[in-house]
Amino acid sequence: MFDTALTLADLGFLAKGAAMTLAVTAVSVLAGTVLGVIFGVVRNQAGPYWSIPLTFLLDVFRSVPLLIQLVLGNAAQSIMKLGWAPFTTSCVVLSLYTAAYCTEIVRGGISSVPLTTRRAARSLGMTWWQDMRYIVAPLATRVSLPSWIGLTLGVMKDSALVLWLGLIELLRASQILVTRLQEPLFILLICGAIYFIISFPIARLGGYLEKRWSPND
Amino acid sequence: MIEIENVRKSFGSLEVLKGINLTVQKGEVLTIIGGSGSGKSTLLTCINGLETIDAGRIVVDGTDVHAKATDLNKLRRKLGIVFQQFNAFPHLTVLENVMLAPRKVLGQSKAEAEAMAVKQLTHVGLGDKLKVYPNRMSGGQQQRMAIARALAMSPAYMLFDEVTSALDPQLVGEVLDTLRMLASEGMTMICVTHEMKFAREVSDRVAFFHKGVMAEIAPPETLFGAPKDPELQNFLAATH
Repeated sequence: MFDTALTLADLGFLAKGAAMTLAVTAVSVLAGTVLGVIFGVVRNQAGPYWSIPLTFLLDVFRSVPLLIQLVLGNAAQSIMKLGWAPFTTSCVVLSLYTAAYCTEIVRGGISSVPLTTRRAARSLGMTWWQDMRYIVAPLATRVSLPSWIGLTLGVMKDSALVLWLGLIELLRASQILVTRLQEPLFILLICGAIYFIISFPIARLGGYLEKRWSPND
Repeated sequence: MIEIENVRKSFGSLEVLKGINLTVQKGEVLTIIGGSGSGKSTLLTCINGLETIDAGRIVVDGTDVHAKATDLNKLRRKLGIVFQQFNAFPHLTVLENVMLAPRKVLGQSKAEAEAMAVKQLTHVGLGDKLKVYPNRMSGGQQQRMAIARALAMSPAYMLFDEVTSALDPQLVGEVLDTLRMLASEGMTMICVTHEMKFAREVSDRVAFFHKGVMAEIAPPETLFGAPKDPELQNFLAATH
């Protein structure tokens, strides 16, 4: 018969870990998306020449492994005596990491809007801002949504790496339980199930929005 | 009145407009014909300031289009333009497509903009398509919607840039009929077109462009009946 030492209190401990994962992910995706939209628009407007420094910086964040970024980021904040809590450091690094990917998604979305459509909008007397707000934003959002959902789910799983800065998120919580209870398979199964439960609604939300928008274009 | 004075325009080393002089009076219908690359479409996009010019000037009702101080967004309210591509806003219904600019640019109320949009859409024969999304319509219907969208801004001038060139042959007629209707109502129009029959019927004057130069301009009966420019004679012979 199946027997486990896992108690309800342990499940509560895992739930707290999951809440930390969600918190780090929410802050990072939110801040990263805001930055990504700004950088994406700048990259689109500035042209290839002026956006070289920004592009280079974002390439760095995309190519250096996240774990190294976290460790170096933490070292940097301590050298600069910023006195950030691990949660803050984690969110800052993850936000920049998210922004680097989000910038490309936004840039791709914006350039998917046909130039002729934008010219038509400007010809009607719309300003650059009105064109962005009423024509480009809705059309680019549709195109970018699937990639953005993918990015969000990716960041949620990548956020496990913040355990290296001492944050007890879902994976770290599971590790602690594994060490204590010596039931790795069962606990990791539960941990995986929890990841699935918090990811699933986001994936479904993406599917729902795609379906809702698709008959119109 | 649209005054075009000695306008020059190059794309890189290619000079597409080599000193164009042209005046279009209120109420006039001018059509521009000519081969591809003759500069006729470029001239239209220069008139509403979508393209800059290298020399000369274009003056619309006393406003120099390319002067630094000119508010282009304001000037463009006067100049409706319809392109070869239909350029529908795919995320908006037909009614919303037409209402958007009057609401956001002119600051009209929803009721005002809607009344105007319904009027213009009915005018071009789309009164039964208000709640439809553009992708559910034929090219001819989308192009008529684009015309209604431009008209909803109550422009003083309408510029048509090869508006039937991307259409299936059987849909060309309905769009040309819409243009004929506007011409008969006294709208000032500049039409770049390949439809010779249409040009002959509706125009007060027809201009022939060739390699960036306005080679000939005359009333249609003269231009088509007794063309003087040898290039125009070739062009007309080839299009018949």
